[in-house]
Amino acid sequence: MIQLRITEHIHNWLSGMMSEGAVSIVEMVLIAIVYLTVFAIAGLFLVLLERRVAAWFQLRIGPNRVGFQGLLQTMADAIKLLTKELTGTEKADKFLYNLAPYFVIISALMALAVIPFTKEFHAFDINIGIFFLIAISSIGVIGILLGGWSSNNKFAMIGAMRSGVQTISYELSVGLSLLTMVVITGTLQLSEIIEFQKNGWLIVQGHIPAIIAFMVFMISGTAETNRAPFDMVEAESELGAGFHTEYSGMKFAYFFLAEFINMFIISAIAATIFFGGWLSPFGITESIPELGVFWFLAKTMVLVFLMMWFRWTFPRLRVDQLLTLEWKYLLPINLVNIVLMAVLVWLNLTIRL
Amino acid sequence: MSYFSDIYQGIKTLLTGMSVTGKYFVNSRKGAITQQYPDNRDTLKMFERFRGEVIMPHTEDNEHRCTGCQKCEIACPNGTIEIIWDRGIDEETGKKKKKIDQFVYHLSMCTMCGLCIDVCPTDAIKWGQNFENSVYDRSALTRVLNKPGSKLMAGVED
Repeated sequence: MIQLRITEHIHNWLSGMMSEGAVSIVEMVLIAIVYLTVFAIAGLFLVLLERRVAAWFQLRIGPNRVGFQGLLQTMADAIKLLTKELTGTEKADKFLYNLAPYFVIISALMALAVIPFTKEFHAFDINIGIFFLIAISSIGVIGILLGGWSSNNKFAMIGAMRSGVQTISYELSVGLSLLTMVVITGTLQLSEIIEFQKNGWLIVQGHIPAIIAFMVFMISGTAETNRAPFDMVEAESELGAGFHTEYSGMKFAYFFLAEFINMFIISAIAATIFFGGWLSPFGITESIPELGVFWFLAKTMVLVFLMMWFRWTFPRLRVDQLLTLEWKYLLPINLVNIVLMAVLVWLNLTIRL
Repeated sequence: MSYFSDIYQGIKTLLTGMSVTGKYFVNSRKGAITQQYPDNRDTLKMFERFRGEVIMPHTEDNEHRCTGCQKCEIACPNGTIEIIWDRGIDEETGKKKKKIDQFVYHLSMCTMCGLCIDVCPTDAIKWGQNFENSVYDRSALTRVLNKPGSKLMAGVED
């Protein structure tokens, strides 16, 4: 079932040396290592990007001392965090307390496996790709709940409970807005969804309902990643640091990295589903398939920037406003939108280039 | 149906907010207000009302405007200013006259309240713009503001 298509060469080279089973295990380990390394570093650079973008929004300059234009700033921060003591609270539930950061970071990294970076760079192309993404992205909240619960701290507890409320509510919208697009494509497999978009990106094909679905997805995706204006889980001015108040050192860094990787994942899903993933606009570089990674990352970064733009523009919502937005607005709109999309597909009103 | 107008108003106000911050983002290169301090030391100019330290301006002829009236010393709430004065002979009239010997200013005690500058009748002391006052020995923070050999500017007392 697992299709490791990244490099034929390495596969052939390895099969010359060992048996079939050993080759697939070695390949899986290799790919896991590559993904871990790449995304640990990518997460660090997203943190840096966030800080620079925030600075520009606030007419500041931002970190620009460590390395050229501050490029090594977050590396230095990570190394500093590695050297820090791992503290804990008394009477904390030690097992769950230590387990929580791994839940969060592993669920974030697992979701990356199904994202197609380009045609040949797609670690785990299962036929239920979107379903897998929705399922995996909801595991992360267990880590947050565990962390908040086991810290034996009121603020952490409140933050974790808010996170539970928020994620359970907004998961519906994320799922439904993606299902709206599945109505057009008729498949959950991400590689086929991208193939389908060779006749025009889904946001063009589905026009009005697709744009509505995209807006709903971005709003609820921002809420899923617990970022401002939906950052009631952390809410610095209310809860200290929320669910990770009691974490220090590398465990804190895991939570922090997971937040940024989740932001990348939400943007990557949006880029894949709505904006054609690694397809170039109007197929201008179709002859050079290596540029797929570039187009994919460019689209993702634009959406990441959009989420940062949200963060530095909108004030934080109250809990009741958050729930009103989801249950009274996004969810009904989404349900109507699915019907609208179904009618559109039934009457063949989609735009196919 | 306020439901749909609420949605419309919500989206509209959100986009208004985003356009405001977007403008700031686009223009941030021109308008960054951060001063990169140690780098711009040569061009750094503090603003006019900045309270760095108390100074006593001297003219080119080494003349200051301090008459030694000690109003600043009385006004100072924590004894930062200490005026050591003397009686000298006025050259024109031949009378005995009060003049300052040393205007001692303890920067380490100064709270930059500005009462001495407000109270000075002859504008002899002013706010300086220098703020790099860290030293290894705190006795370096006790300063004599009038330069050696300086004298009162003519006509200040009239």
